[in-house]
Amino acid sequence: MIRTEELLLNVGPQHPSTHGVFRIIVKLDGEIITEATPVMGYLHRGTEKLAENLNFTQIIPYTDRMDYVSAMTNNYVLVHAVEKMMGLEVPERAEFLRLIVMELQRVASHMVWWGTYLLDIGALSPFLYAFSDRERILQLFNELCGARLTYNYMRVGGVKWDAPEGWIDRVKQFVRDMKTKLLEYDDLASGNEILLSRIKGVGTYDAQTAIDYGLSGANLRSTGVKWDLRKNEPYSLYSRFEFDVPVGKNGDCYDRYLVRMEEMRQSLRILEQALEQFPEGGETMGKVPRVIRPPVGEIYVRIESPRGEIGCYIVSKGKAEPFRLKFRRPSFVNLQILPKLLVGESMTNLVTILGGIDIVLGEVDC
Amino acid sequence: MSEEEKQEGARPEGARAEGAQPEGVRAEGAQPEGVRAEGARPKAEEKKQTEGSPAEAEAPVRRKETDEEKAARRKAAFEAREAAKAAAAMAAAQAAKEAANAAASAPAAAHSAAPGAASADGQAPPGAPGAASPGAAAGAAPGSSRPGVAADAAPPPPPPSPNRPRLDRAVQLLRELVAEDAVEEAEINEPNDHLPTIVVKNERWSEAARLFRSHPELNTNYLRNVSGVDHETHMEVVYHLLSLDSGHGYALKVRTDRDTPQVASATPVWQTANWNEREIYDLLGIDFPGHPDLRRIMMPDDWVGHPLRKDYAPLDSEV
Amino acid sequence: MQKFWNDPVTWGHAGLYLLGAIAVLAVVIVFVTYAIYFERKVIGWMQYRRGPNRTGPLGLLQTVADVAKLLMKEDTIPAKADKALFILAPVLAFVPSFLVLAIIPYGLNLQFADLNVGFLYYVALSGITTIAIVLGGWSSNNKYALLGGMRSAAQMISYEVPLVMSVVGIAMMTESLNLREIVIYQEGWFWHWNFLPQIVGFAVFVVAAISELNRTPFDLPEAESELVAGYHVEYSGFRFAFFMLTEYIYVYAIACLATILFLGGWNAPAPQLDFIPGLVWFALKFACIVFFLFWIRATLPRLRIDQLMGLAWKVLLPLAILNIFLTAVGIEWWGKGGG
Repeated sequence: MIRTEELLLNVGPQHPSTHGVFRIIVKLDGEIITEATPVMGYLHRGTEKLAENLNFTQIIPYTDRMDYVSAMTNNYVLVHAVEKMMGLEVPERAEFLRLIVMELQRVASHMVWWGTYLLDIGALSPFLYAFSDRERILQLFNELCGARLTYNYMRVGGVKWDAPEGWIDRVKQFVRDMKTKLLEYDDLASGNEILLSRIKGVGTYDAQTAIDYGLSGANLRSTGVKWDLRKNEPYSLYSRFEFDVPVGKNGDCYDRYLVRMEEMRQSLRILEQALEQFPEGGETMGKVPRVIRPPVGEIYVRIESPRGEIGCYIVSKGKAEPFRLKFRRPSFVNLQILPKLLVGESMTNLVTILGGIDIVLGEVDC
Repeated sequence: MSEEEKQEGARPEGARAEGAQPEGVRAEGAQPEGVRAEGARPKAEEKKQTEGSPAEAEAPVRRKETDEEKAARRKAAFEAREAAKAAAAMAAAQAAKEAANAAASAPAAAHSAAPGAASADGQAPPGAPGAASPGAAAGAAPGSSRPGVAADAAPPPPPPSPNRPRLDRAVQLLRELVAEDAVEEAEINEPNDHLPTIVVKNERWSEAARLFRSHPELNTNYLRNVSGVDHETHMEVVYHLLSLDSGHGYALKVRTDRDTPQVASATPVWQTANWNEREIYDLLGIDFPGHPDLRRIMMPDDWVGHPLRKDYAPLDSEV
Repeated sequence: MQKFWNDPVTWGHAGLYLLGAIAVLAVVIVFVTYAIYFERKVIGWMQYRRGPNRTGPLGLLQTVADVAKLLMKEDTIPAKADKALFILAPVLAFVPSFLVLAIIPYGLNLQFADLNVGFLYYVALSGITTIAIVLGGWSSNNKYALLGGMRSAAQMISYEVPLVMSVVGIAMMTESLNLREIVIYQEGWFWHWNFLPQIVGFAVFVVAAISELNRTPFDLPEAESELVAGYHVEYSGFRFAFFMLTEYIYVYAIACLATILFLGGWNAPAPQLDFIPGLVWFALKFACIVFFLFWIRATLPRLRIDQLMGLAWKVLLPLAILNIFLTAVGIEWWGKGGG
C-alpha cells in the first residue's frame, strides 16, 4: 500500500468559484476531501452595528449591499418590518410595484445563479446568455429608480418612485420574452448529458437534515418540503395570485437546479397576473410620520428571498434608530450544511455543491 | 420599557433634556404640539451632544417661558442628578412605584421616543419631586424586578389574541415538564402576528429547548433565527422557532447577565444554531456552553472586544 | 521538398530546409494569432457579444497586442519553486509541439519529413509535452498547479491509448502509418474518405483528440473554476505565453491530423473539383475542425475527473477495439476497399 500524504488546500478567498471572498480550508486525500472548514468574515461590514446609529430610511441602502444580487427583497424585509411595527398602511399601487420588482428580482437573481452555476461546471455560454437577459431587468430597474444593482427603492410606507410612463408595458414585454428565453435555457443546458452527470446525485441530503440545518428556499424545497413563505405565511399581495411551489424529490444538486428553473417560471406567472391587475393611478407613499419611530417593542419579519427565508429582527426602544437590528440571512444559514456535504466528495464536486447552495457573500458576512 | 426611560432619566443627558422639556417632546400626536415636536426633536438631540450647553438658548423660540420657570426647571434637573447619585433604598422603591403608576396612567408616555423623565410631563407634579422620581427609580431599577413590563401590560385590557391558547399551553407544558420556575415571562407580541413570546429561565433553557423540539404538541423542528441583544442591563438571546408541520411559531428568549453572559447552546438540538451562536459569541461575547466549535466567525480571531455590545469602543473612532 | 530527402546534404539543401522551417514557423505563428482571434470572435457570436473589436481594424491586432503585453510583463518565478525545472517546463512543452509539425503533409509534395511511421512519431513526441506539464505543475510548488499537473498526466496518458487505437483501423486499411500514403489512399469521392468507413474510429479520435488538447469539455488540468488555472497558475509573461502557444499549436497539429487521417487530406470531395488546388481543400477541412473545437468550447460543460477517466477506459477504449475488430472483419469479407 502506498502511503499518501494529506494535502491541505486553501480554497479562497480569491478563488473564482467561491462567489466572492469565501474561503474553505480543505484536507485532501488525493482529490477526495476528508475535511472542510469554512472561513468567512472577509466581507463583514458590520451592517447591524452601523444600523444602530442610523434611522430607518438611512438603513435601506445598507440592505441593498447585503444580498447585492437581490437587493429589492432586502429592501422589502426592512421596510415591511418597520411598517408592521408601526401599523402603517401601504397604498395598493406601491405594494403592487414592490411585488413586481421583487418578482423581477427573483428572476434576475436566479438567472445570475444559473449562469454562474454553469460557469462553475465549465459551460461558458450560459453565463453570458443569462447576463444579457438579466440586463433587461436591470434596465427596467434603472428606469424605475436610477440604479442597476443597489436600488434603495423602497421606503417605509411605500416606494420612492412611481413607475415611469410605459414601464408596465415594458415589463409585460419582458415577461413575454423571458418565457421563450427560459425554454431556450432548457434547450441549451437542462438536458445536457454532461451537466446531468455532474449534478445528479451530487450533494444529496434528506428533508430531515435540511430542516435540522435550517435550510430554506430552493435548498429546502429540493428535498420535497413544500415550504414557501409566499404561500405559507403570505405577505405583501401574494395571497391574491395563483402560483405553484415547485419541490424536488431527491435533494441533490439536480433537484435544486430544477426547482430554481421552475421558480423562474412561477415568478413570471405571478408577474403576469400582477401586471394585469396593476392599479391605474394612486399614491405610491402612504401616510408616514416625518420621523419614523417605531414604538417600543420588537418584531421578527420574514419573507421569501430568492435564496430562502430572509428575516429582519428589530428591537425598538421607541427611537428613530433601531436599538438592535438583526438580519437572518438565508445564505449564511444555508451555508452551514456545506462542511457536512463536502466530506468524501472530490475537489470538483466542491464547486458543484457550493454553487448549488447559491450563496451571496455580501449576505453571508453582512 | 419605562424602565428604559428611567435609565435614561438617570443620566445627565436625560436630566438636561428636562430643561428642554417644554417642547412637548412627549406629546406624540395626542397633543396639538405633536407635529412640532417631531420637527424639534433633532435640535434637541443636537443640543444634547454639546455637553453642558444651556437649554434656554432654544427654549424662547418654541415656547414662552419665564426665567423663573426655567431656573426652577434647571434646578430641578440638577437636583435629579444629585438624587440619582445618592438614592436611598426606601425612597427608591417608593419612587419606582410612583413612576410605574405615572407610566401606566399615561400610555403615550410609555411609547415616547425622547429620553427623559417619563413622569415629568404633565401628569406628574412639576418641579423637584417629579424630576427626582425618575432618577431615584433608576437607582432602584437593577434591584427591582422590572416593574416596567408589568406596568405596560396592565392598563389596556388586551383583546383576546388568537394565539393566547397556544401560549398558555406552551407555558403550561414548560411548567409541567421542565420546571415550575422555567417561565419567567410570557406574552403575545401583537404587532408581530401575535407571536407567542416566552422568556425562559436561563438555567432551564437546554431542557426547554429539547421540550420544544420533541414535544408532539409544540414540535418546533425548525429554528428560524437566533439573535443576540445587548439590553444594557442584561443580555438576551432570542430564538425564533417554527413548526414546519403546523406552521406555528414561537419566540423564546433567554436572559443572561452582562458580565459573564452565558446561555446553554442550542446546537445539539437545532444544527441551525451553530453558526448563529458563533456569530453572537463573536459580536456580543455571549458564551454558549455545549457548543461544538465556539470560535469567532466574522471578526478576525485576534480581535479584541465584541462590536455589537453597546459599550464597545471602536478601535478607530474615525471609521 | 521530398525530392531532397534522399540526396546528400549540401549547404543549399540545408538553407532550403531552414527557410522552410522559418516559413512554417511564420505560418504557425500567424495561425495561432488568428486562431485565438477567431476563437474569441466565434465564441463571442455564439454568446451574443462582439468579441475583440478595438485593437486594429475589426480587432485584428488584439492578439498581437496581447502577445506584446505578455512579452513585456515581469517574469516571476516563485521563491520556493524548483527554478531549473520551472524554467525548463515551458521549453519542454513547446519544442515537441513544433517538432510534430514536421510530418504534416499539406499537399502531395508539400511536406518536410515523409516518415513511414508518421503517426507514431506524432504520438510519441506529443507525449513529451505531458511530461512538461507535470513538470510545470510540480516545480511551481503550488498545490493548485500540482493538482492540475497530476490531472493532466492522468488524462493525457489515458487518452493517448484510445487515440492511437482509433487510428489502428486506418493503418490496417491503408497498410501504412505514413501520413502521405494514408491521404493518397483516400482519393476519389468524399465517401472514400476514412471518416465514413471508420465512423466509430473517427468519433473516438475526435473525443480523444479534444481531451489530448485539454480543451472543453476535458479542460480539467486548467479548470479555472476549480483549480484557478491549473498547471500554469504560477507562470507569467512569456513563459505563460509559451504554454498558450503550445496549446494552440497542438490545436493546429490535431486539426491537421484529423484532416489527413479521416477527411482525405488535400483531396477534393469530388474528382470534378480537382481544379481547385489541394491546399485550399486542406485549409477548408482544417478550418472546419478548428471551428468545431471552438464550437464545442462554447457549448459544453466540463466533465469531472472520475467521469473523464471512466470515459477513456470504459467507453472509448472498448469502442476503439471494437472498431479494430470490425475493420478486420470488413477487410476479410470485402477486401481493403470496403470496411
